[in-house]
This record gives sequence, structure tokens and C-alpha cells, in this order.
Amino acid sequence: MSGEAIAIILLSAKVAFAAILFALPIAFFVAWLLARYEFRGKSFLQALTTLPLVVPPVVTGYALLVLFGSKGAIGAFLNDWFGITLAFRWTGAALAAGVMAFPLLVRPIRLSIETVDPGLEEAAATLGASRLMTFLTVTLPLVLPGILAGTVLGFAKALGEFGATITFVSNIPGETQTLSLAVYSLLQSPSGDTEALRLIVASIVIAIVAVVASEWLAHRIRRRRAR
Amino acid sequence: MSTLSVNIEGMAGSGFPVHAEFSAGNGITGLFGHSGAGKTTVLKMIAGTLQPQSGRIEMNGQVLFDSKTGTNVRPFKRRTGFVFQDGRLFPHLTVRRNLSYAGWAGSRKTSRSFHEIVDLLGLGEHLDRWPETLSGGERQRVAIGRALLSDPAILLMDEPLSSLDYQRRADILPYLESIRQETDVPIVYVSHEIDEIARLTDTLVVMSKGTVVASGDTNDMFARLDLGPALGRQKAGVLLSGTVRKIDEQFGLISVDIGGQLVEVVGTGYQPGQSVRLQVRARDVSIATSSPDELSIRNCLACVIEEIRTDDSAFAELSLRLGDQSLRARITRKSVEELKLRAEIEVFALLKAVSVERRAMTMQT
Repeated sequence: MSGEAIAIILLSAKVAFAAILFALPIAFFVAWLLARYEFRGKSFLQALTTLPLVVPPVVTGYALLVLFGSKGAIGAFLNDWFGITLAFRWTGAALAAGVMAFPLLVRPIRLSIETVDPGLEEAAATLGASRLMTFLTVTLPLVLPGILAGTVLGFAKALGEFGATITFVSNIPGETQTLSLAVYSLLQSPSGDTEALRLIVASIVIAIVAVVASEWLAHRIRRRRAR
Repeated sequence: MSTLSVNIEGMAGSGFPVHAEFSAGNGITGLFGHSGAGKTTVLKMIAGTLQPQSGRIEMNGQVLFDSKTGTNVRPFKRRTGFVFQDGRLFPHLTVRRNLSYAGWAGSRKTSRSFHEIVDLLGLGEHLDRWPETLSGGERQRVAIGRALLSDPAILLMDEPLSSLDYQRRADILPYLESIRQETDVPIVYVSHEIDEIARLTDTLVVMSKGTVVASGDTNDMFARLDLGPALGRQKAGVLLSGTVRKIDEQFGLISVDIGGQLVEVVGTGYQPGQSVRLQVRARDVSIATSSPDELSIRNCLACVIEEIRTDDSAFAELSLRLGDQSLRARITRKSVEELKLRAEIEVFALLKAVSVERRAMTMQT
């Protein structure tokens, strides 16, 4: 495999990791709110969370451009105050991937939080565990399979994201050209078929490894508890 | 001195008002009532997982809740060990980690050693197992051990045996008795099973429709006719304290001395001189005006009628004085008429030996 191809895979991995790293805590928080609380605007939040899944990716990408572009409301603010630029940078690609992966992270985590019996947390309290300790020793370990499932789904989505990324940060080799974008570019040129095929195989392998690894981990957790 | 004093008003989870006032001291205090009487609500309020609307809860001189001063100690800071109806073991932790949970997650330093509790509850061989693989009885024993190892000032048990079948209950009861004997942790025991209450409790608080109907010494409470409906008509009876006198190994019977009169009941594994408590149900007691001979009934106790209660039903409830204890009999109104029974006359209470079999016969501490 060529050095270029490896660079593309590494960039994609970097973008996907960054996307999940930032999206996961927020997704957990949102999943927690949706699973545990009743509040005004809950259905609005719920709809907002699913939006990236149903809206055309190009539209999401355009929305990101409007909001986070160098002249966008949030983009200008980030640039002026923190010197952070997202448009046409790999960080922007990570933002696009994170936003697109968000619904896939929230859903399994939310379902998993809903299956945790609050009675167990009550039991932990009667045994002297503070709220934080209860969360760390009871809730989090029990939600772990859901987090794992969400992370794998989200990671796969982030790795393969196309529409929102190309709209928001364009297709710049070495900066924002992730796997899918590179495959797309290669297929546009008459001589790129072989290189495209390599990348396609690589992306399939990465996806399979991720899914198998998560299944294996989830299985291990289940089996351990039934021994 | 009482360990726990409770005087609270609030709402139960299902939305009916609950008002409870009682105190609990050493030994086991039973909180008895039918489902929906508010027992669990009261227990949750003591543990702090449910907040009363008003009132005061005090334990060992520490105020846990007081609506007047706005005191409300958070649940994890109250030393109230809780044994839940469904065990609530942590499924992702081994039995060992469950038992020691209060130590490593709750930073409670227990005064009782881990091994002492493990031995007491017979959990030694199960330490490395996972909760999912335990039987219902084993699960409850782990739950009890886990609560005991949280250094509780009081142990709150919410129908800990109700999810178990008859045999498993019988397996666990001796463990509960040994907790009473070998630890000095006072226990509040919630149940709607009169047999468990009779066997385990020293003090009894009877609840009905969200309020405390009566409370006092368990033996006294069982003797009271007016608590018939609250304690359950069919199962109502009294508790008689006595001492084992003779053992008849050949027929598997023991003689128990109750205020100078001997009662022969079915039982093995007892020692002469041992204190026991017999649960005698009112419907198992018959009345004769003269001492009968040639009867298969083994027991004939001389006593005095204290009170006869009748209502529109076919039954009459008799309260009998037997030395310094009380006995109850449930016979038909017609028998009362025909035998010309009235208060203060001497009668004989007949009691089949087998009717006490399988009833509570507890070693008393």
C-alpha cells in the first residue's frame, strides 16, 4: 500500500477518533437527560438529536458551514476569541463526522441507561456510596455495553462520513480528504481505480475489525457475569 | 432506650397518605400490615430514599429528618442498612465485591469482620460467583450480608423473604435468628406474613391503611382480640412462651411447660430447659367445660375466659387467661350458646399437638 494511502487512512482515523472523543461525553449527557428526566422541550431535544440521521448530509454540512464557517456566528466567535478555525481544516472534518455520528451514539447509550434499575442506585446509597461513587461503581459499568455499541456505530459512521464533510470542509488532500472523499476523488480520475480499490478494501477491513472487537468485548462482559 | 424513633407524615409512592409513629429498640421490631398499608413507605423514609412531608426521625440521638429545622440527612450518610425485597445485588460484581461494597465504594469501616459475616450467613463457598447464578435464597443471604457489612446502626428489612418459596424461607429464617443472636444490630422487619412476624419479632407495630393501629410487645399484641382483622382472621393466634421439659424421642414429641401446665407438641432437636415460643392459632383451639378423657387431643389446658367477642358472623372470638399469658379460641357462636360460656368461668382449652407443628417454635434469646 502506498504511503499516500496510509496517510489517508491515518487522517481518517484521526478525524474519527477526535469526532468520537468530543461527541461521546455530550452524547452521554444528552442520553442521560432523555433517559432519566422529564422536562419542557424534551421532545425538541429528542428531535434535534435525530436530525442528522434524517436530514440530507449535504444540508447538515451546509448548516455547519453557516454556523461554523469563518463568517458564521459560532465560527467567527471561535476564531476571534480562541483562534480556532474549523472551516477547511481537519478539525472541521472531525466536527462534521461528530455531528453525523451523534444520533448513533445517543440511541444505544440512552437505551442502556433506561435498562439500569434505579433501585440498584438506591441500594448503593444505603450502603454509603455518594452520588458520584454510585455513578462510577454502579451506573457506568452497567451502561458500558451501550457506550461500547454506540462508540462502534459512531466510529464507523465518522470514518465513512461523506456528504456533510465535503460540503463543510471541502476535499483537500492531506487536510480534509478522508477515506470516502479520497475514494470519490480517485474514482473521478481514469487511473485511480486500483488505488481506490485498495482504500475500499482497507475501509471494509477497519469496519469489520471494529464490529468484531466490540462484539467480542460485549460477549466477554455478558459471559463474565453469568459464570 | 430506643434506637429509632419515628413520627412522620407523608405520601406513599402510590399516592395515599401515610402517618406513622413508633419507636424501635433492641431485637427485631416487626412492621406488619397488609399490602398497601404503607410499611415500605415508612421504611424508605427512615432510609432517606423517600422524603416525608413532615415529622421527625431520630436514630441513636442523631436527627435524620426534622421538618421543623429542615434537617434531612442524605441517604448515604445515614447508617441504615437496607435489605430489599428483590435483593438488588449489583449484577456486574461478584458476591465478594457485593458483600464488601460498602467498604470500597461507601468508605464505611465495618466493626464486624468480613469473615464473621460470611460464616454467619454460610456464604464461604459462593464468594467468587456472580449474582445471576445464585438461587433466590442465596441472593437474599448475600443482600443481608452486604447490609450487615455497611456498619449499620439499624437494619431495615423490606419483606426479605417474600420473593422466596416456602422451603427457601424455612432455609433463611435460622440465619435471621442467628443475626439477632450474634449481632447487636436492631432490626426493623417489614412483612405481611404473620408466621414470620410471630417467629422473629420481639416488638410489633401493626399498620393498616397508612396508619399505625397498635404497637407493643409481640406476645401481647397477638393476644389482643381487637387486632383480629388487622392481623388476619384466618391466621390470627397467640404466642405462648414456655420451657421445654421432656423430650419424647420415640414419638417425636416434646413437652413444653407453659405457666405450670404441660403442652405436648411435635418437635425434634430441642433440649430440656430451652425457652421456646409457640404460635397457636385461634381456630386450632377448642373449648370444653369439663376435662375430657379418652381423646386423641393431647393437650388440655385449664384456663379462665376473659372476654367473648361476637359479631354478626357465625364465629365467636374468645380470649382466655392461662396463667399470666393469653390464649385465643375461635369457635362458633352456637357453641358459646350451648356451652353457656361467659366471662370469668373456668374452661379447658383443647389443642391438637399437630396444630402447633410447622408453626413457629423459636429458640428465645
